[in-house]
Amino acid sequence: MVASGEELVKICRENGIPIWEYAIREEALRSETSSEEVVEKMRRTLHVMMDSSTIAQEQEVKSISGLIGGDAYKIRSYADRGNTLTGSFINRAMARAMSASEVNAAMGRIVACPTAGSCGILPAVILSAGEELHKTEDELVNALFTAAGVGIIIARNATLAGAEGGCQAECGSAAAMASAAVVEMMGGTPEQALNAAAIVIKNVLGLVCDPVAGLVEVPCAKRNVAGTVSALTTADLVMSGVASKIPFDEVVEAMYRVGRQMPAELRETALGGVAITPTALRLKKEIYKD
Amino acid sequence: MRDYSVFDIVGPIMIGPSSSHTAGAARLAKVAAIIAEGKIIKAEFLLHGSFGETYKGHGTDKALVAGILGMEPWDERLRDSFALAAEQGIEIIFTPADLGEVHPNTVKFILTKEDGSVSNITGSSVGGGNILIFDIDGQEVAFTGQYPTLLAQYRDLPGVISKVSSVLYEENINIANMRVYRSGKGKTAMMALEADSEITEAVTEKIRNIEEMERVQSINPVVEGVF
Repeated sequence: MVASGEELVKICRENGIPIWEYAIREEALRSETSSEEVVEKMRRTLHVMMDSSTIAQEQEVKSISGLIGGDAYKIRSYADRGNTLTGSFINRAMARAMSASEVNAAMGRIVACPTAGSCGILPAVILSAGEELHKTEDELVNALFTAAGVGIIIARNATLAGAEGGCQAECGSAAAMASAAVVEMMGGTPEQALNAAAIVIKNVLGLVCDPVAGLVEVPCAKRNVAGTVSALTTADLVMSGVASKIPFDEVVEAMYRVGRQMPAELRETALGGVAITPTALRLKKEIYKD
Repeated sequence: MRDYSVFDIVGPIMIGPSSSHTAGAARLAKVAAIIAEGKIIKAEFLLHGSFGETYKGHGTDKALVAGILGMEPWDERLRDSFALAAEQGIEIIFTPADLGEVHPNTVKFILTKEDGSVSNITGSSVGGGNILIFDIDGQEVAFTGQYPTLLAQYRDLPGVISKVSSVLYEENINIANMRVYRSGKGKTAMMALEADSEITEAVTEKIRNIEEMERVQSINPVVEGVF
């Protein structure tokens, strides 16, 4: 796998292939297996995503701490009633993101993509866009390879961990990966895919990681919802012809630099941000009372 | 720069909510149970730092017990591990503790087995579900469980390392990493060897038959995807 976005675009252009195809080839080479095997493994990953993004829409799922739960069910019911402002597509996507996040907080099975805390974004974006665009399962699997390819570049040049880079590195990267994947799904070029990833990250630059009571619940689940909406709308933005003024590689570098500048209090330690508001401290006390 | 797999980024498949506090905890406990050998009847967990502070909310406690029962981080029975441990009559104790200058997500396992012997194993969950075991019964070690690993305690005499590497050479197993630890010349030493391919029980047995060996174990990571 190449080390930068610029090289990724170049190698895809030279070979006349999308990012997903390059990512499959590289993974097969790296793991000394066939492309078919790599694709089948990703198909199992997709199936876990389908489950995690659905379960909490169909029944109320509560987290083990009791802090969150039941919201995916609410959003889905609201979407089904048909009186939404932003339409069924966005609302159902939000329900999917919330579902996977709630399943995660309830000790259900999820795919960390890239992390468990941001596990709602990629499934919600890929499955919702896939449904809207009438894509086949194979195309959804391919989209996960686009996302992974972009994620690898971010991981190599910055970080995907909230403890290192804040939420911008977790939910921000997840949304960037997802948006790039949708752009390729819609027929956009690798360059356009990276434009989408760059725009998504720029829009959450500086987002802190401040989990209430140190748990992956508040505000994480709703940040998964926000990341999902950003990934979907940014894909449209890019497909309309809008580009990122700052190239992807430079945005990733900026994100890493901002993460480095963040005080430890804002990097998953639960010592800053919303985690130390009076309400958060009260909730923490209630959760750990015994 | 690390060489990432697409499945490091879109993956792993795991039980939530946290790769470090849940998946990593399960993996640590599973490896600790393998090292301890034999049926465990009592498991005490000394929980350091963030593990001690948030273990209930993250299900770290359930994940640790699941690991002791041999479950993988993606096993959906993980959340019911307490009931499963009770069925098997395993006593479970959680104690928040200060383990000193170690990673914030560190746990010390005190595992009592059927024959009354006790194993002490300490390790950290270092992020992304990855782990580091760094102490076995007071002996410093360092291995991650990402590779097939051979742990050997042996009398520290000339030629032992070459005997081990000869066995692996005969079996066409490439050594990725190897470290030896000892308390003094000629005393018991410990070797943690990480290989590129599986160390089968047959190979482990061959190494066990080397004269100077006192205790030999192999730990092979499980390939994800069977559920």
